Amino acid sequence: MSEKKMNLGKVFMNGVITENPTFRLVLGTCPTLAVTTSAINGLGMGAAATFVLLGSNIVISALRKVIPDKVRIPSFIVVICMFVTIIQLVMQAYLPSLYESLGIFLPLIVVNCIILGRAEAFASKNPVVASAVDGVGMGLGFTLALTLIGCIRELAGNGSVFGINLLGTSYQPMLLMILPAGGFLVFGLLLGIINSLTNRKKEGAK
Amino acid sequence: MNVILFMISCILTNNFIFNKFLGCCPFLGVSSKVETATSMGIAVTFVMTIASLFAWMVNTWVLVPLQLEYMQTIAFILIIAGLVQFVEMFLKKSMPALYSALGIYLPLITTNCAVLGVATLNVKEGYNLLFSVLNGTFSALGFLLAIVLMAGVRERLESSKIPECMKGFPISLVTAGLMAIAFMGFNGLV
Repeated sequence: MSEKKMNLGKVFMNGVITENPTFRLVLGTCPTLAVTTSAINGLGMGAAATFVLLGSNIVISALRKVIPDKVRIPSFIVVICMFVTIIQLVMQAYLPSLYESLGIFLPLIVVNCIILGRAEAFASKNPVVASAVDGVGMGLGFTLALTLIGCIRELAGNGSVFGINLLGTSYQPMLLMILPAGGFLVFGLLLGIINSLTNRKKEGAK
Repeated sequence: MNVILFMISCILTNNFIFNKFLGCCPFLGVSSKVETATSMGIAVTFVMTIASLFAWMVNTWVLVPLQLEYMQTIAFILIIAGLVQFVEMFLKKSMPALYSALGIYLPLITTNCAVLGVATLNVKEGYNLLFSVLNGTFSALGFLLAIVLMAGVRERLESSKIPECMKGFPISLVTAGLMAIAFMGFNGLV
């Protein structure tokens, strides 16, 4: 990061793939597990988090020289909280069914470690444009991961993806998958698969 | 009788980790040793009880009369952050032994979603003061139970043979999944 002009594309891909917040950094596990009972919930949660991440990254990065070092964490939380309240009110007004199904996990975006983590690790040290790109990249990585887990759990537990039935009526749904236990199992196994894929890739590179 | 049933349901059937997915980050992050897991659990219990009490008071006596319910999230997070800071200073002065045991975990609790979660849930479910505080305490005890059990399992996992790609988080998550299935057995209890 010592170069003056950072490669914005690299910053973006860093969030989506290299340091994917869900699969590589394993941050923000609570919403990842809780709201992914269906693909649409995962997508909604991801979009809400992306909005908050983008907004908070821009504001924090713009204020990075104004905020004293000692009170930076409370200041970050207040900024994040503002954006969470905005998205909460907007969603309640225009997407009431999604608002209901995300439940308390929408206000809990405030304490999602991804957002505070990016504020601390990236936005407080980098210029506005790069921070915005980082926010979108990280948010997109989070959204992709949530949607993927949501698809798997919805397909196994309900026989459908995004509410469209794929497996026909004769499919006996695995109820376990949309229960809490299924969330832990799917996420754990997915992480294992991704680890083994990246390990193989590394060995191939050697 | 109602109260006792409520306490049991908070600990077992509506367990914060296995049923509501609140507080998963510390559950996965600091559950590698039974000792540290216990300290973390106790610190969370402490903060969650006080936070439920204060959040309920602020919500009922300040936010609702002033019609500022949309400020809930921001008010609660400030209450929690302030409380954690206060508890930290209080322990440092009056109980240094406990402070040195819990010290590093206390700041982490501010961003533990279980604490903000219990405050928000209390409002959402419309609990009165007694039930809010009970919900805080006993849900936190459920968290303590879960994290200590998990730490016990993970200590055993240390010495067992695990495929390379499953080491660390993946195997912990699968373990948590199996424990969640076990906790589902309590469902008919209340």
